[in-house]
Amino acid sequence: MLGHTRVTIRDGGPADAVGGVVPRWVALPESVEEISVVLGACADAGLAVTPAGARTKLGWAAPPERVDVLLDLSAMHEVLEHVAGDLVVRVQAGIPLARLAEVLAGAGQELALDVPFPEATIGGTLAAPSPGPRAYRYGNARDLLIGVTVVLADGTIARAGGKVVKNVAGYDLGKLFTGSYGTLGVIAEATFRLHPLPADRRWLTFECEGWEDAGALLRSQLEPSAVEIDHPAEGLSMVAALFEGSAARDRAEAAREVLGGGELRADPPSWWGRPPGSPLASLRCRVAPHVPEGVSVRGSLATGVYLASGATDLDAWRSRLPGDARLVGLAGEFTGDRWGPIPSLPLTRRVKERFDPDRRMSPGRLAGGV
Amino acid sequence: MTVFDRLEAVFPPDRVITDPVRLRTYECDGLTYHRATPMVVVLPETAEEVAAVVRACAEFGVPFVARGSGTGLSGGALPRSDGVLIVTSRMRRILSVDLDRRQAVVEPGVTNLAITEAVRDRGYYYAPDPSSQQICSIGGNVAENSGGAHCLKYGFTVNHVQALEIVTPDGEIVEISEDDFGYDLLGAFVGSEGTLGIATKITVRLMRAPESVTTLLAAFETIEAGGQAVSSIVGAGILPAAIEMMDALAIEAAEAAVACGYPADAGAVLIVELDGPAPEVESQLAEVIAICVATGSFEQRVAASADERAKIWKGRKSAFAAVGRISPAYIVQDGVVPRTCLGEVLAGIDALQDEFGIRVANVFHAGDGNLHPLVLFDDTAPGEGERAEVVSGRILDLCILHGGSITGEHGVGVDKARYMPRMFTDADLDTMQRVRCAFDPGGRSNPGKVFPTPRLCGEVPRVRKGSPGEIF
Repeated sequence: MLGHTRVTIRDGGPADAVGGVVPRWVALPESVEEISVVLGACADAGLAVTPAGARTKLGWAAPPERVDVLLDLSAMHEVLEHVAGDLVVRVQAGIPLARLAEVLAGAGQELALDVPFPEATIGGTLAAPSPGPRAYRYGNARDLLIGVTVVLADGTIARAGGKVVKNVAGYDLGKLFTGSYGTLGVIAEATFRLHPLPADRRWLTFECEGWEDAGALLRSQLEPSAVEIDHPAEGLSMVAALFEGSAARDRAEAAREVLGGGELRADPPSWWGRPPGSPLASLRCRVAPHVPEGVSVRGSLATGVYLASGATDLDAWRSRLPGDARLVGLAGEFTGDRWGPIPSLPLTRRVKERFDPDRRMSPGRLAGGV
Repeated sequence: MTVFDRLEAVFPPDRVITDPVRLRTYECDGLTYHRATPMVVVLPETAEEVAAVVRACAEFGVPFVARGSGTGLSGGALPRSDGVLIVTSRMRRILSVDLDRRQAVVEPGVTNLAITEAVRDRGYYYAPDPSSQQICSIGGNVAENSGGAHCLKYGFTVNHVQALEIVTPDGEIVEISEDDFGYDLLGAFVGSEGTLGIATKITVRLMRAPESVTTLLAAFETIEAGGQAVSSIVGAGILPAAIEMMDALAIEAAEAAVACGYPADAGAVLIVELDGPAPEVESQLAEVIAICVATGSFEQRVAASADERAKIWKGRKSAFAAVGRISPAYIVQDGVVPRTCLGEVLAGIDALQDEFGIRVANVFHAGDGNLHPLVLFDDTAPGEGERAEVVSGRILDLCILHGGSITGEHGVGVDKARYMPRMFTDADLDTMQRVRCAFDPGGRSNPGKVFPTPRLCGEVPRVRKGSPGEIF
């Protein structure tokens, strides 16, 4: 059915399943145009499509209602343009972050995004964002993204943004597609602002009982790039703060004074930036959250964005959290409502209808059947 | 029944303006050469009142435009003579400040600076700082995704807004938040220039004030040397809070207006502001001074106090208005180029000056390649205004040619809608239009802005074949 596209196509198998749904075919496009050709053919044939990168988060969110074609972007792994003097890079969506980091390090630069899985691709990191420690200082993927090329369900190729950091011309489609889990179209290329690699990095770690102990650090002017907590299901929590810059060591030492203790280290603790386990939930809470027994939580005390494991009854936990907190089941089995309240869901539905009226792009991956 | 009747039923008489003389107060924003007298102006005080106006507009098929302080420079708040102008100036309460969450919740009419003033004595501030921050409203900042000199390091409005309550073009009140799982609707709304609805409540991030701030003024003989210094600073891995540059003509204007005392014989001055923990700032300052000297700077001044810092900034911040001292009229342009193309683009602007006999003063956020060329002309000289207009447009062409943007912070508005097709394809614009249609299928929210030609949305398409052009 897709043979006339000249794009590499193979039969799908159990190893290609998305949340248990096995695709009939796997397509491996090598260019934006090939993505467009595949999506155009799928539109003609009424086939459902799910884009995939390194598949590290393909099991996150809800499984799609149907997948005919898994659009595997792993053949699109090139750095298209890196102008070091502009601190900007344009890449194909299938490039793994670890590979990109190697290229940029050669110029003393980095894309300041921490991802839990180094093999994760740029496209997957945008479509299914995961929290990283240094988001406190540098923002999330959506904050570093300055341009995007997307392919819509009907094969339309559209660009937004550009390759300059400061740019307010037109709607920011890149941000819209961030968090879309493949339900709006395919992210094919992306352009990011970069940062110079810091001269030095130092971590300060300390054990504590509660969540408030790091407050003094956040109220200080020492400008940590990240302040993370590892709150295990049992035992003491550990807080770790990262300082970046030529005076990182001095600032980390000053932070130890502020806190009255702690250990200085040149490397992060082993849990730094790693998901705690399964079932995995995303917690956003700007004040110290209630944590049920048997649940472990890791994430940023600075931004209030955490990953939690061990909780299956999310409704029960939600009832103990402040009203503006958000708890969403990412991966695993949950009882009750995995999404919780999403006040903007009606608007989300309307956007989905305009971009994918036939509901062929990863249908049902998000709340409300989007 | 008309939209007037409906508005007069909802609002007390002093908050519905129909008197032609008073309506003229609102006929333009900061871009004064586009003018239109609104059909009616309303001054709501609550989100419910904004929603009531928007629903009335929906009922009678009337377009509406939101306006904050009217300081925008792209005609984004230009009224419609057949529409309602919704002015948020009476929605100026700071609803809450929570330093534990490092958040403030404010109404759209609150000025940008008022947020910082509310928390400054506790050591916090709101980072985006457009030059008009004393009067511009945060609602307008959200619409325009405003930047400012310090966005080089700290980012734009979109990076500092965490949640919004909006009134959709259907008149529903909806919350959109960065915490919501799924599409980044917040990111799409900020910077949509009032075409997706009206923000009625804004949750912003507050930041801890830096321990140390230092400002350096470096003078160069040529703008090329100044540009080289900028490249070298960035190349050295330093990210200053701001890097601003002014050329000789801009310096002359600023001197005439505010006697800022910049070195008189400078071909260009660079203002570099560094902030952060004291030891970082100290070592970076030494490095920046060394770079400036190495690239040919003949004088460097470091502000030793807040007063001296303000004095250095005074010349820069007054530059736009100051140009009025050396030219009867001028156009403020706003374009962006990749930083590495600055030299070529400035040479191109020089060539335009010679070709058209029009002077251009250059003021720019050099760190992020955001140019604000001030195109000077005498509006009493026949043909000069037109020539200035051509030069201004050609500067945008130069920006696009070098892979830049037609606007870095002033927005597209009514002023640059016609340039959008030079930067984007029809497919790009049609795709953006899908977002517009999702939020505003009736096309009533600030129509005629951002996009070059009005497009109808039509019904949500079902099973379809063919190009997206057929949908709209």
